[in-house]
Amino acid sequence: MTRKQKRLVIIGGGVSFIVAAVLLVMVAFSQAIAYFYVPGDLAKADLAPGTRIRLGGLVENGSLKRGEGMTITFSVTDTLDKVPVTYTGILPDLFREGQGVVAEGSFKEGSPVFVADTVLAKHDETYMPKDVADRLKAQGVNLGGKENIR
Amino acid sequence: MIIELGHYALVLALATSLLQGVLPIIGALRNDHALMEIGTVAAKATFLLMALSFGVLTYAHVTSDFSVQNVWENSHSQIPLIYKFSGVWGNHEGSMLLWVLILTFFSALVAVFGDNLPETLKANVLAVQAWIAASFSLFILLTSNPFNRLLNAPGEGQDLNPVLQDVGLAIHPPLLYLGYVGFSVCFSFAIAALIEGRIDAAWARWVRPWTLAAWTCLTAGISMGSYWAYYELGWGGWWFWDPVENASFIPWLAGTALLHSALVMEKREALKIWTVLLAIMTFSMSLLGTFLVRSGVLTSVHAFATDPTRGVFILIILILFIGGALSLFAFRAAHLKAGGLFAPISREGALVLNNLILTTAAATVLIGTLYPLALEAVTGAKISVGPPFFNMTFGLLMLPLMLAVPFGPLLAWKRGDLLGAGQRLFAAVAFGLVVGSIIYYIQNGGPIMALFGLALGAYMIAGSLTDLYLRFGIGKVTGAVALRRLSGLPRSVFGTALAHIGLGVTLIGIVAVTAFETEHIVEMKPGMTTDAGGYTLRFDGLRNGNGPNYSEESGHFTISQGGIELAEVWSSKRFYTARQMPTTEAGIRTFGLSQLYVSLGDDMKDGGIVVRVWWKPMILCIWLGTVFMMAGGAVSLSDRRLRVGAPARAKKQKKPVLEPAQ
Repeated sequence: MTRKQKRLVIIGGGVSFIVAAVLLVMVAFSQAIAYFYVPGDLAKADLAPGTRIRLGGLVENGSLKRGEGMTITFSVTDTLDKVPVTYTGILPDLFREGQGVVAEGSFKEGSPVFVADTVLAKHDETYMPKDVADRLKAQGVNLGGKENIR
Repeated sequence: MIIELGHYALVLALATSLLQGVLPIIGALRNDHALMEIGTVAAKATFLLMALSFGVLTYAHVTSDFSVQNVWENSHSQIPLIYKFSGVWGNHEGSMLLWVLILTFFSALVAVFGDNLPETLKANVLAVQAWIAASFSLFILLTSNPFNRLLNAPGEGQDLNPVLQDVGLAIHPPLLYLGYVGFSVCFSFAIAALIEGRIDAAWARWVRPWTLAAWTCLTAGISMGSYWAYYELGWGGWWFWDPVENASFIPWLAGTALLHSALVMEKREALKIWTVLLAIMTFSMSLLGTFLVRSGVLTSVHAFATDPTRGVFILIILILFIGGALSLFAFRAAHLKAGGLFAPISREGALVLNNLILTTAAATVLIGTLYPLALEAVTGAKISVGPPFFNMTFGLLMLPLMLAVPFGPLLAWKRGDLLGAGQRLFAAVAFGLVVGSIIYYIQNGGPIMALFGLALGAYMIAGSLTDLYLRFGIGKVTGAVALRRLSGLPRSVFGTALAHIGLGVTLIGIVAVTAFETEHIVEMKPGMTTDAGGYTLRFDGLRNGNGPNYSEESGHFTISQGGIELAEVWSSKRFYTARQMPTTEAGIRTFGLSQLYVSLGDDMKDGGIVVRVWWKPMILCIWLGTVFMMAGGAVSLSDRRLRVGAPARAKKQKKPVLEPAQ
């Protein structure tokens, strides 16, 4: 091979690999990400059943039913709207009524109940997940400056 | 008084690092030896002052001096001594202090062991190190001072975050920082070389030991962090593609690429410009990671409570350093002489492929980590980019690299023989296929990708051993000759083989756990049993107890197989009183390389309890593989060729020449 050919092979190989990587990233972005909603967004969101989303808000006071079988039900609220959620499994240590929570999962066909497969609660109880706090503030919920106090 | 001494030492360290950042550079320009020597002295002084400052903060934590705000917020008089120590860096201020301490530690190492470096290069390296140290010392003093006092000293502290009260935390951050911050030396070498406008194979030889040392520590840090998350968080996961994990993983990928490209530069004087760029990018990724973790732009387990001025400050440091370095690079790179060419199929070619794949993979992880931030800033939409994204992109991109790993060491420099290498790897491929088939038989099928992954891991291990085997010539020559060859081999050959074997072992662990782990969530009452991984787990009952700063509820389980009791395991839920915070302490039992993982959930109204049981086959391989990688790094580091002082020998031999003739 001449110098020119060698260079061509190396550069051509490199460029095609990078192009493949870019395509892969684009495909993954269109398929493998989840959007974040609070309950108030859902009415206008028009989600197809089975679409994976993250649902954030506060665990509504008095809505948590635990200790009866392994499926736990609670409601996520942004204080205006609320969404019932079911989850089978063990809740994170910091999950509590009135606290911020992010649930990941989807709505099943024709059901208003959000089926979560992952539930995240903020590890540090002095502030709630940033995503939740931002959205709740945008919804006009008064957080009492709670989300950023140390 | 002692506290103020620490504060004062920190201010002095800032002053000495400013001296260290300016004087040696002027000295290098004027070729003034005395000015350049100041850099060496100042580097040692800065380190000692930082060590004093850090020592004082440690003293405050150990003696539970709650008049110091940092101690009050992050410690408690009742916690065990080890957590009083680890509490020093279990918070934002203290961890930044540790960051700078380690940075100045590396500067001091360069000052002490850098006698063999050209004088001007050493002076410039120390100056660049000092700029970084000065920026971050200023950051600590202005926005995150750990020595702030409280007017009325409270009687009791607010306790260290309970999830951080663990031996893993005591070790994880220092190791991680040793790696993270260690790459600063490579960065400083790159900038110094650009300032001088001169770079050659010797430069690569000086940079490589620092890269290796940092890489080894970073490997250890990431691995430790992963294991800590696995057993402490109680979710049974070992890697979450959490943004902060990514922040440490990106420098690791870039550092791994740097390790390999420096090899090409050292041996063949090729890839110079690329290696310099990579050295800059690796530490830039460390800085970016520091920004992501410390600024609070991300929601994460690692984000301590934050305030926005800190984020802005680190962002400015980030822009100055990365922007400055890249501008200098753009300005100077054209003047650096390009290296020699080589055939695509050669050792160099293989190492270029390694760099191509690793940097592309690192870029993918970076994009996935930053995309949510960028999208939110532009459109306001909030998304989460999680494991599905990274598995799809990173996983697929790494596949060709894994296939190519055993080929690399078998190819000759300049022009390699792919067919020949393929023939020599025949046994390794066959071994991989056999392993795949055996698992297919045992598992009675199983997902095809998992079988492929396990076969790939086996092939990588066997392929790396093939290289060693061929070099020994066992079977072809007598035992004595093979033994002589063995002792004559450069240690870096063993290092390479060990690290590559480690990669294979880790891959096997990852694939086995991902494909074959089982998880049950069951409600259990005392006496009930459940099956996992061929073992039977019996719940015996609950017990309440108290620790020094928590109360706990522990479940006792007995593990048996075929009616024979093998082991017992405790799994508990703790409640830390000072912070009113519960944590899960999983019960873990090891069988060979596999583990049974039990964590407790809610108490049921009818007296039962929810129990989550995982069978994690071969999971220990994940971390065992990283131990191999670290061993590989350490063995390579002990290679004579890479010893930091190695090039000094020629200089010392010259000395007698200078003696006066008789």
